[in-house]
Amino acid sequence: MKIVIHFIKKEFQQFKRDPKMFAMVLIAPILQSIILGYAANLDINNINLIVFNQDQSRLSRDYIDKFTHSGYFTITKDVNSYDEMTKDIAASKALIGIVIPRDFEKDISNNRTSHVQILVDGSDGNKGSIAFGYTQGVTSNFSQQIILESAARRGIKTSAGSITPEVRIWYNPELKTRNFMVPSITALILLLTTTLLTSLAVVKEKELGTLEQLIVTPIKPWQMVLGKLIPFVILGFATMALVNSIMIFWFGIPIRGSIIFYLFSSFLYILSTLGLGLFISTISKTQQQAMMVSIFGAMMPMIYLSGFAFPIENMPKIIQYITYAIPMRYFITIIRGVILKGIGFADLWREALMLFIMGITILFLSSLRFKKRLE
Amino acid sequence: MEQIIQIENLEKSYGTIHAVQNISLSINKGEMFGLVGPDGAGKTTTIRILCGLLLKDSGDVKVVDKDISKYRKEIQKSIGYLSQKFSLYGDLTVDENMEFFAEIHNVKDYKERRDELLEFTRLKSFRSRLADKLSGGMKQKLALACSLIHKPQIIFLDEPTTGVDPVSRRDFWKILSGLLKEGMTIFMSTPYLDEAERCNRVALMNAGKIIALDTPQKIKEHMDNFVVEIVCTPVRKAYELIKGITELEVQMFGDRVNVIVKNYEKEIPVVKKLLEKNSVEILDNRIITPSLENVFMHLIKEAS
Repeated sequence: MKIVIHFIKKEFQQFKRDPKMFAMVLIAPILQSIILGYAANLDINNINLIVFNQDQSRLSRDYIDKFTHSGYFTITKDVNSYDEMTKDIAASKALIGIVIPRDFEKDISNNRTSHVQILVDGSDGNKGSIAFGYTQGVTSNFSQQIILESAARRGIKTSAGSITPEVRIWYNPELKTRNFMVPSITALILLLTTTLLTSLAVVKEKELGTLEQLIVTPIKPWQMVLGKLIPFVILGFATMALVNSIMIFWFGIPIRGSIIFYLFSSFLYILSTLGLGLFISTISKTQQQAMMVSIFGAMMPMIYLSGFAFPIENMPKIIQYITYAIPMRYFITIIRGVILKGIGFADLWREALMLFIMGITILFLSSLRFKKRLE
Repeated sequence: MEQIIQIENLEKSYGTIHAVQNISLSINKGEMFGLVGPDGAGKTTTIRILCGLLLKDSGDVKVVDKDISKYRKEIQKSIGYLSQKFSLYGDLTVDENMEFFAEIHNVKDYKERRDELLEFTRLKSFRSRLADKLSGGMKQKLALACSLIHKPQIIFLDEPTTGVDPVSRRDFWKILSGLLKEGMTIFMSTPYLDEAERCNRVALMNAGKIIALDTPQKIKEHMDNFVVEIVCTPVRKAYELIKGITELEVQMFGDRVNVIVKNYEKEIPVVKKLLEKNSVEILDNRIITPSLENVFMHLIKEAS
């Protein structure tokens, strides 16, 4: 064990001399947090709207006012021709265009249905469908209001009961993408330090020939593995502390659940990421190779298939099955559960167990391969 | 004499390449042993097997009286290894490198030993310099110092002076003679025959086999042919003529060729005639004592 400690001491002496690595370890998490905290924003609270109001009546203006009062829409322009509207939508000046027909008020006052055309820029499907949903909401509210008013005018008492939803949004009451994304950065940062940096560090020794020098010493392979991995575990947890501080103090997202369980499952998670790093180091001859394999072979699939970037429920069934093999998937579930929902071991033990099983297996097999490679 | 390394019928192949073919040899305690041979002869493979860096295919290898297949880690406590390539931590200082290698060898009070070695290798004034910032020769001396920190019984050197400047090379050899005086066993491979001459015993390796094994002196005496040195011009033309037309073995060195002959009186006049006829000017010719180089080139030729 003493030899392992000496080895770790050497690793830190080397960290000290490698400013690039420090930059990577310290700046990357900060940058990631800022990017994902501010830029990766799927929230839609400002939809640009163009109106082609051919009716210019009181009722049509009331209708348009409903949009502006809803808080989601900004009217960028009142246009006078259909062509102008289509041009603006094509130029992305507006997401939604509303065409109000000439007889809007007349039709409604004569108890006829008026048809309003809604044009939606669907090039960003997600944004388009959200905007369309809001538009529909505003429109149906307005039409309900008209019915009630006309009934009241005619002295009809509407006796029919109705439903009003009283919505309570849990876990992320402001429905902010940020609250969903920022906590998961921990998974990404740990992946970066424990897979990419670890594989680079081991391959570096191979490239330099120091690995060979080490093999000729009495140091045993398991001591070398521990000596090489533990510094990156420490580094990983240090960056994790940094990212989580940014999350709590800058973005104001508290950890609702048990920090102990959070740390414990992070540890289970890095068993597999360290194992992957070690495995990559056994198949790469140069640092460049290790970098490529880490990024394309480990990080990209993890990011895309873990639910970090895209919801797993929206993936085709076959790909959903593949995600079960992605350790980060379980960790992301745990992170979001602990931080946003405040749930813990009782609800997340399956994910923790999966991380444990995968971690032990990957790390064990990689160590075995690493050991074999040394001989 | 006490033997410290015993190799019997050692074999190693990489796929279809037979790198080491059935070699047997033993090294005496306290001797400087040289493994000589051209590139690809199997020198590095042999050293790597002896250090436990490579697994042998078959044969018996005993180092410090222990079987390498069973007691690899035990053996590695009492050997030092210096690889062909500089393989220390460039981002650690001279002191830190030595400290690290002392610690992983479990050497407790290494400070004194370290100072002694730094003194010995004349690196003391560079002790806080990063290893990457040292010159080639100094790097090699540092690597040697690191491999000596745990006072090994044997030190394996794989072409230690390849790519090292002449001054550092001389320094390096001085250090090695110092070690030898202390009773250390040195096992080295080298492509340089002048270095081989300084070894107590040498083995010539070619294509995975040992084709000669003795003291440099004995190997030279073993040559029962004459080596005739002919200084002539143009030398390349002479070389090609002798090689192409006569059956004799000829080696070219700078401004002269060495012809190996069995019968001086009979064969040399033929050669001279051939050269004169083809307008090669002979400046001098005489029988010389064969150098190690002559013998090795001769043996390699015979072997192939």
